[in-house]
Amino acid sequence: MMMIITQLITSFIASAGFGVLFNAPRQALVQCGLVGMSGWILYYELVLLGMDVVPATIFGAMLVAVLSQICAKVFKKPIIIFNISGIIPLVPGGIAYDAMRHFVENDYYTAVQLSAKVMLLAGGIAIGLMFSEVMNQVIKKFPARG
Amino acid sequence: MKEYVQIAKVCMLAGKIMLQSGAETYRVEDTMNRIAIAYGLNNVQSYATPTGINFSTDIAADTHFIRISNRSNDLHKIAEVNSVSRKVTAGELALNEALDMLNEIDHAKLTFPGWMQIIAAAFVSGSFAIMFGGTWPDFIPAFVAGGLGFAGMLGFERLVAIRFMAEFFGSVMIGVLAFVFISNGFGNALDRIIIGAVMPLVPGLHITNAVRDLMAGHLVAGVSKGVEATLTAFAIGAGVAVIFAFV
Repeated sequence: MMMIITQLITSFIASAGFGVLFNAPRQALVQCGLVGMSGWILYYELVLLGMDVVPATIFGAMLVAVLSQICAKVFKKPIIIFNISGIIPLVPGGIAYDAMRHFVENDYYTAVQLSAKVMLLAGGIAIGLMFSEVMNQVIKKFPARG
Repeated sequence: MKEYVQIAKVCMLAGKIMLQSGAETYRVEDTMNRIAIAYGLNNVQSYATPTGINFSTDIAADTHFIRISNRSNDLHKIAEVNSVSRKVTAGELALNEALDMLNEIDHAKLTFPGWMQIIAAAFVSGSFAIMFGGTWPDFIPAFVAGGLGFAGMLGFERLVAIRFMAEFFGSVMIGVLAFVFISNGFGNALDRIIIGAVMPLVPGLHITNAVRDLMAGHLVAGVSKGVEATLTAFAIGAGVAVIFAFV
């Protein structure tokens, strides 16, 4: 439980901090942090429950995308503000770093494996982000008839 | 005829600000088209790439061109231009009012002050060190290394205009600092500290934009942004790798 609270706090700080680095509007910083926090905690929980990292990343990215879509509608700001800082915790920086390190140590076998994983994770983020876009368009095309 | 030129100016200025602030290409083209349609042009053609915008008011009309030389991340300006374009499509802004507002946005300095960005980078680094499985003793070293590394990158960027070199030097600094901390007994895991501290330099915005542009069918823009992101990642990796050559 303590671990979860730590993760919640750190991921909030990380996402909001990235909002500052990307110069998001000041009123949107808290929302950026919350979006990033929700995406990360979903990913973290799924991995703890034994799911593979790639599907966990896809689900995390989906949640980020849906929440950003909602924030964009509510606060009338472009969606890019929310999903960029929200997606940052899911970016496979750690594995990319590991891959680079193995390349430098001439351990190409492990390095290529890790690089493939990075590609898969980046693809997973893309799929997750596109999912909400697709849903949005489908909802627009088929208005509720009653 | 005079009016066409004015409309083209408004559209291209909006597009220029957005591209320089790091918006996705498809959003830039979309905004330009919306503004033009709102002012009564029905057959506009706009074509944006990360390094330039082409715009013509009709398929056989003169084509206007603008070169984008430097790009940064500035979500605030994107939001401002977006709200101007919303007002224009709602019919609330006359042509010269829109031009004035866009000029104002173009010259405004909306970025957070440097020291605040450095502090933010430091907090981001510390948090990521914990999130990627570090322990609390790793927080302070990652905090300091990340902040100083980011400050170093900003400084180098002022000295040399090549961004990749600045990122390379920034990550070399991070590697050295992390190593110094570990060898003096601060922090547990070298890997976690370096990963956390490097995160503020990671090209997350470019990667996401590249994928979004590719999926929206903007192949040229998507591929070129993807290459930019890869080069940045490579610069960071190479910078950190320098340390491992000596460890």
